[in-house]
Amino acid sequence: MYLRSSDRPGSSPRLALRTAVLGGFALVLFGILFFRLWDLQVLSGDEYLAEAKNNRTREFKVIAPRGDILDRAGNVLVDNRTSLALQLNTQKLPADPAEERDVLRRLGELTEMSLRKVRRTIRESEEVAAGAPVTLRKDVGYELVYYLEENQRDFPGVSVQRVFVRAYPEGTRAAHVVGSVGEIDEEGLKEERYASLEPGDEVGKGGVEEAYDRYLRGKPGLTKIQVNALGQPTPGGQLVDQPPVPGDNLKLTIDPDVQAAGEGALSSFGLPGAFVTMDVRNGQILGMGSNPTFDPTALTQPMTQAQVNQLYRDPVLAPMTNRATESYYPVGSTFKAITALAALEGGYISLAEVIADDGSIEVGGQPFQNAGGVALGPVDMTSALQKSSDVYFYLLGLEMWKTNQLQEWAAKLGIGRETGLDLPGETEGLVPSRKWRDDLFAEGGTERPWSAGDNIQLAIGQGDLQTNPLQLAIAYAAIANGGTIVTPHVGMEVEDAAGRVLEEFDPKPRGKVKIDPTYRAAVLEGLHQAAQAPEGTSYGVFGGFPVEVAGKTGTAERPGHGDQSWYAVVAPYRDPEIVTIVTVEEGGFGAESAAPAALAILEAYFHKQATEIGAENGGSPG
Amino acid sequence: MHATRARRARPEPFAVRVGLAERLGLAHLDWPLALAAVALAGFSVFTLGQATLNDVPGDPRYFVNRQAIYCLLGLIGMFAIARIDYSRFRELRVGIYTFLCASIATVFIFGFSARGSRRAIEFPFFSFQPSELGKLLLVLALAGFVIDGARRGSERQRTVRYLCLGLAPAGLVFLQPDLGTSLVYVAATLGVMYFGGVPWTHFAVIGSSLAVLIALVLVAAPTVGAPILKSYQEERLTSFLDPDAHASGAGYQQNQSVVAIGSGQGTGRGDRATQTRLDFVPERHTDFIFAVIGERYGFMGAAFVLSLYALLFWRALKIVTLSKNSYGTLVAGGIAVALLFQVFVNVGMNLGIMPITGIPLPLMSYGGSAVIATFLAIGVLQSINIQAQLSQKGRFAW
Repeated sequence: MYLRSSDRPGSSPRLALRTAVLGGFALVLFGILFFRLWDLQVLSGDEYLAEAKNNRTREFKVIAPRGDILDRAGNVLVDNRTSLALQLNTQKLPADPAEERDVLRRLGELTEMSLRKVRRTIRESEEVAAGAPVTLRKDVGYELVYYLEENQRDFPGVSVQRVFVRAYPEGTRAAHVVGSVGEIDEEGLKEERYASLEPGDEVGKGGVEEAYDRYLRGKPGLTKIQVNALGQPTPGGQLVDQPPVPGDNLKLTIDPDVQAAGEGALSSFGLPGAFVTMDVRNGQILGMGSNPTFDPTALTQPMTQAQVNQLYRDPVLAPMTNRATESYYPVGSTFKAITALAALEGGYISLAEVIADDGSIEVGGQPFQNAGGVALGPVDMTSALQKSSDVYFYLLGLEMWKTNQLQEWAAKLGIGRETGLDLPGETEGLVPSRKWRDDLFAEGGTERPWSAGDNIQLAIGQGDLQTNPLQLAIAYAAIANGGTIVTPHVGMEVEDAAGRVLEEFDPKPRGKVKIDPTYRAAVLEGLHQAAQAPEGTSYGVFGGFPVEVAGKTGTAERPGHGDQSWYAVVAPYRDPEIVTIVTVEEGGFGAESAAPAALAILEAYFHKQATEIGAENGGSPG
Repeated sequence: MHATRARRARPEPFAVRVGLAERLGLAHLDWPLALAAVALAGFSVFTLGQATLNDVPGDPRYFVNRQAIYCLLGLIGMFAIARIDYSRFRELRVGIYTFLCASIATVFIFGFSARGSRRAIEFPFFSFQPSELGKLLLVLALAGFVIDGARRGSERQRTVRYLCLGLAPAGLVFLQPDLGTSLVYVAATLGVMYFGGVPWTHFAVIGSSLAVLIALVLVAAPTVGAPILKSYQEERLTSFLDPDAHASGAGYQQNQSVVAIGSGQGTGRGDRATQTRLDFVPERHTDFIFAVIGERYGFMGAAFVLSLYALLFWRALKIVTLSKNSYGTLVAGGIAVALLFQVFVNVGMNLGIMPITGIPLPLMSYGGSAVIATFLAIGVLQSINIQAQLSQKGRFAW
């Protein structure tokens, strides 16, 4: 049964050697394991611990609702509605291209998009925000959500996210003032004011949405939960739950009645135009509008190419452009008030001086005519303003052409300068001057240097003048309030959700112009007579208005366009509160379209109706 | 025979009293070996109890209870085997070998399939995985064949014969397919041959052939379009070389396992463990249980376990040298090499330095067949030790 003793290998040197070799080999193997273990746990343990912690947590950003935007009466112009958005986490898509295509195709069927469009949407989104979930479709219905939940296996990486969408209870009301919101673009991410934002976040685009973004935006909340390897939340695994802080509400200076009247009057013409109504005492914008306008609700939804073209690519109607602040217009005879002040202050004319208006003058062989060539006879400052004598102001322009007097006063009163409005995009404009034209001529940008004719044209708001309704409002407000250059603003105050005022906006005036009270009174008197004395250019419109106003018509000639109708009015005349500027492109004479629109606005502001008077003076040129 | 015994007997001044320990066969046990095995099994039950609470809904103690029963059965089996004179297995070698091959083959007929691999036979109360017990059976039978044929044929013929005997069951297991276990069979075969005195030169030839074979299987065969391994097997085997390239596939498990162990640091994360508690590490109760230990109990726990294995191996090696006959030496050697191989490959896999081969960690990984078979193998080691002690004392078995 047992081997012979010689067979016993017990102490044979061969066995001892083999045992020793195996033992040594085992020692090496265990040494490797121990060393590796030491390396992982003791030397690099910190890194792996961090990785493990990162592994098990998922952060979810909880979007904060933006603040509401209210008019000064507290009516809601913009608030939020919740909507369900279909989002796709592209990292969860199957790695296999064929399977991925199947998932995307099924998703496309679900969202009524072609496979190509789904891929394009993903690609575009990845360019802006690589790795962030791609929103395939907003405003999906609950049926779709239920369907997705039941068929989750077929749609890896697809989730339904509750998002806030801007809602506009008043429709297009004050659309240009309000602006819209949209996903921040790559450029925006680099800006300092958006430093805390991430790709995919929404920011204001245009209007107060952009200007007051930091108040409206709010602070997103953060939910950090513990998840297992499948990314599913584990019970009790909520690590951080930081609720979002909703944005604060913004109350605007916009007066609902004024705004509605202005928009209604403008749209009744069916022509491009703009209006602005401002408190002359503090620069609060009571109404501001531009026609054609846009429907901000449309911007929250997917748009067709035709809609995009209509909104953004139409250079003529340009509905996204706020013509009250972003335009370059000559203002016609409404400029005469500025010319009058410049000439009076410079001593180029006195109040009593009478000039014979023969209907035209000739300067350097070039004739300059009244509108329609009408001769108004002898006119002084007041009646020249009342009847809008071009000849009178041509002569003032001629008097001042060698100086910079007219340009200086235009600039002092705010023409050709940014106004400091709290909305993005306002234009600077241009007051043509000798230096400007001579420089341009030296560069070869124009065929002739500065001439008397240029200043003559400027004197009646024509020629190379480029300004906008808001700048004109600032100038008229300065005349009305005795020389204060107010800072126009639409933001009035920031409130928290409970209505407590957190911050009020009352920007300091940008300057003070010293105006001789006599001259100021004379100019206002002329404007008052123009509006409310018989033979005044807009008597037919304002003659029956129970509030005393001072208003000036303007009919600007734009090359290649029909006459542009202007009206500038300050009211009440003796103790001015507001200024209103209206312009209608191709609206004809000032009294034809702009003045009636201004009347509608003033009626809304004063809650008083004008009585009908004989219209024999209506529609006179000026 | 009697004379042999008498010569070996030591002078005994006192009459020998057969004590209780001796009656139970405990007297000549290798206690460090037994304690190491029991400590490992106990630690396994303890770890499973903490780490698998939520794995089976409604039955938090599912794995613990079963593993505890397996360990108990294994322990009883160990003592039972220890009392038997292992030399009888040598006589039964042909029967054992036939049973080994037949039981593995049975799996192809009656076995149930788990994840595309038929490895176990389903019984009413448990499923039996013949290939696990087969590791021990192969060693017992092969050692017998080696001793038996020690003087037949040239050295080269013998080497080829041993290899064929060992590789036949390994091939069967490979076809199940169970790559990991078949590799253990190969390791055990080489272990037996190593202590059977196969010349070093032969091992060198075998080693280089293996290298060529691996190159063929992993590189050449797939390139000519005739893969021998299933694609998942190949991916597992190669992904550890570059885990990041397979971060979401086979490399994922290993990455997660490495992160789990690393995050355990010095003293472990206990119940704050996340990697192995939240499903990041798969198969945490079986192949990746070492990762659980590493994360939960840190370097202290993991090093403790490794030390127990080192102790286990050291005792096994000691028994190799103590054995009263060559058969015992070969059996102990085969068992020791198989254990060392399994420990190194499994722990190495958990640590990210060995490929994923699906080899369980002896005595720690959950699984009845493996735990019981390992305890039985240790029982055989004990038997060899007891017989050696007894023969030195000049005493026959009871």
